[in-house]
Amino acid sequence: MSVRVQPLQRGAWTRASAPSTIGMIGIGLGLVTLFLALPPVKVRTAPLPVAIGILAVAAGIWAFTRGEHRLGGGAVVSGVAGIGIALIVLQANAARLEGVFVWSALIAATLRYATPLTFAAIGGMFSERSGVVNIGLEGMMLMGAYFGAYGADVTGSWVGGLFIGLVSGALLALVHAIFTITLRADQIVTGTAINFLALGVTGYLYNQHYGNNGTPENLPAVPDVNLKFLSHIPPQGLGNFLYNSIGQLNLMVWLSLLLLPVSYVALFKTPIGLRIRSVGEHPKAADTVGIPVYRTRYAAVTLSGALAALGGVFLSIGFVNSFTENMTAGRGFIALAALIFGGWRPFGAFAAALLFGFSSALAARLPDLSASDTAAWPLLFQTLPYVLTLIAVAGVIGRSIPPAAIGRPYVKQ
Amino acid sequence: MSGLSGEPPDMTGQTPEVSEPTPESKVPSVAARLALWQRSGGVITPILTALIAFLIGGLVVFATTGKNPLNTYKAIFKGTGLSWLSPVSIHWHLFYPAGIHWTGWDTTSPTALNLQQTLIVVTPLILTGLAVAFAFRCGLFNIGGNGQYTVGALVAVQFGVWFAGLPGPLHVIVAMVAATLAGAVWGGIAGFLKAATGAHEVITTIMLNWIALWVGSYLVGFNGPLQDPRAISAPVTRPIADSAHLHVFWGNPLLQGLHVGFFIAIAMLFVYWILLNRTTLGYEVRAVGFNAEAARYGGISVGRNFFLAMAISGAFAGLAGSIDILGWEFNLDLTVVQTVQVGFIGIAVALLGRNSAIGIFFSALLFGALLTGTSTRNLDPSVFQPELAGNLTRIIQGLVVLFVGADLLIIYLWQARKKLRLPQRKAAEQP
Repeated sequence: MSVRVQPLQRGAWTRASAPSTIGMIGIGLGLVTLFLALPPVKVRTAPLPVAIGILAVAAGIWAFTRGEHRLGGGAVVSGVAGIGIALIVLQANAARLEGVFVWSALIAATLRYATPLTFAAIGGMFSERSGVVNIGLEGMMLMGAYFGAYGADVTGSWVGGLFIGLVSGALLALVHAIFTITLRADQIVTGTAINFLALGVTGYLYNQHYGNNGTPENLPAVPDVNLKFLSHIPPQGLGNFLYNSIGQLNLMVWLSLLLLPVSYVALFKTPIGLRIRSVGEHPKAADTVGIPVYRTRYAAVTLSGALAALGGVFLSIGFVNSFTENMTAGRGFIALAALIFGGWRPFGAFAAALLFGFSSALAARLPDLSASDTAAWPLLFQTLPYVLTLIAVAGVIGRSIPPAAIGRPYVKQ
Repeated sequence: MSGLSGEPPDMTGQTPEVSEPTPESKVPSVAARLALWQRSGGVITPILTALIAFLIGGLVVFATTGKNPLNTYKAIFKGTGLSWLSPVSIHWHLFYPAGIHWTGWDTTSPTALNLQQTLIVVTPLILTGLAVAFAFRCGLFNIGGNGQYTVGALVAVQFGVWFAGLPGPLHVIVAMVAATLAGAVWGGIAGFLKAATGAHEVITTIMLNWIALWVGSYLVGFNGPLQDPRAISAPVTRPIADSAHLHVFWGNPLLQGLHVGFFIAIAMLFVYWILLNRTTLGYEVRAVGFNAEAARYGGISVGRNFFLAMAISGAFAGLAGSIDILGWEFNLDLTVVQTVQVGFIGIAVALLGRNSAIGIFFSALLFGALLTGTSTRNLDPSVFQPELAGNLTRIIQGLVVLFVGADLLIIYLWQARKKLRLPQRKAAEQP
């Protein structure tokens, strides 16, 4: 009973005016600003969104000065971002705005951009849960991207490409495993080396096999899944919306979604998952009860490479249908940030991947807002995913708790 | 953030773990001896590392093209101009010299031109190597050299275009200081985020690299604010004023002769050493890098040192960007912004150089030579395709970083060598 006394003593007002509540309200107001400025609401005057945005910033500052640094900071960021985007959007004419913010297309693009991140983040999750930092995700993705394209070209089928890409990523991960687990090299330095190696190896082979011509035009691609029945769902608008957003997605997008529950069950509901996690939390204890620490870590790291490579395979033969040098463009690191942001959990990582995917989708479409085709400023939108990652990493760390033994080589006694 | 590495990575060149007898090493004295070597700035590990990397690189060449890797390496070496340093040229016939010719030091020979090119490339590599090394000594891994370099180059080019009336040396100094400060700010952001929120510098610096790349592309690219209005068809900035050019002291200024920026880089090696070993700041930085918790307990502000170390690292990289602009590029091209590599190569330079000033000089020389030797201009395409060779450089660079971190591998090799020799010695002792 005595436990229940405390909440009763605090009145409803005290709770409502607590800095954390105000901070959250501020974040919400920032989102409202965005909502008002964008279709379908589309308020075409500046004062209303700006006023609400200022309220959000004020709430943020209020919360910040009263100790709620993260929520307050978040509210300030969301308010400023809301005002900024509202003002940018106001510059564009209404027709262009409709063209850019086609929500069904944005949802589809978000899922498409999130897919490589999801594969890599889930891969990274297995590795990091077993106690091995995997900075080399980027390189493993790049290997998957090249060998996916190369395999598809050589075998003439996307299945072959997928398989060869997957194996290449796993092999590179095996190198990471040998150096970090057996040779106990620094995991971050080794991961960086893995990234360089992948960049060099894929660039070398790409130049040798394809040279200036690039990968062939008729590269076998992973097929799209056409869910035509969605468009027949009763209200015509809803049906079309569903069909346009999730009706024509690539097979690998669905695979990545399937991977989420599978990896969740594998990691949290099976003995294998328990072993992986125990090896990452307390390898000595795991060793004492007979869990082979080295073998488990080897398996987890290799699996992470295979999954990250799948993300790369999607990039090359599922998304753009060609390979270019360094085409992963930092996505491995964004996936790593998504993993941390999501608290080393599959669905958390997926939510973060969606956020980053959405920012990439926006970055790809926002330049259409510009009236002229030659203006330079739309290039600045390309920084959006990276800025967001920066904010996310800076804002959330400290609250999510990493596996206890992460980054430490284990010395068997 | 403790999420990526529980402890700051110990890459300070003083790896105490190695001196502990590992279970694998039944002969602790070997490990101890090796640790002593390393602590005294030993050269065995780096040289072994480089050799292994080149060996594997040679295997790659042979396996993929069927060409003799020795010929490839010889062609690359020829392009570096390093042979100019030796006054005699030796023609080898298998393993004995077939003829020795006195060539002297002809400062106008093609070899001399190649050497100038190599040293021009070595200059920024020394600085980006320092940018990585200084952060390492504070326990931070700065892989943001590219972004810091880009920001420095952008600021340098704009300051070089402005203030056209200033007297030469003053103009150069103004542009360099501005670029150095810009690099410091760009690096300092990552340091600040690390100190204030614990955000891991590996992620933040990579993100800052990409942000610098796209902001730079916007500024320099088509219709960007810095694009030269007279060159509509080319995404390039205005050329800097003549007064901002660095003095060329060797070779033809019109043919990219060697500029005094090389000496600035050399001077920075001394600055680095003095800063680390002879100042309070350096002491604190090293203390934090050695053990952040102990440093905190000893009253050192860890966050402040994180920030300062990253800012100083960024300053080195920003300076590198300005020296390239003022020394030989004179304007900034979009492709340069989008294909900067020196920051990444700086990682290999610092690791191979074991974060010591002298080591960084020699490993910058190695990688600078590799870059020049594999460039389209200097490598004979009939021997080896330059596009492939450029990527070969990346592979070798990756292998160097990979093996440099693996002290244990070197110890294994050391023991294997001893095991091989032991039976022979026993056989020799028995009459």
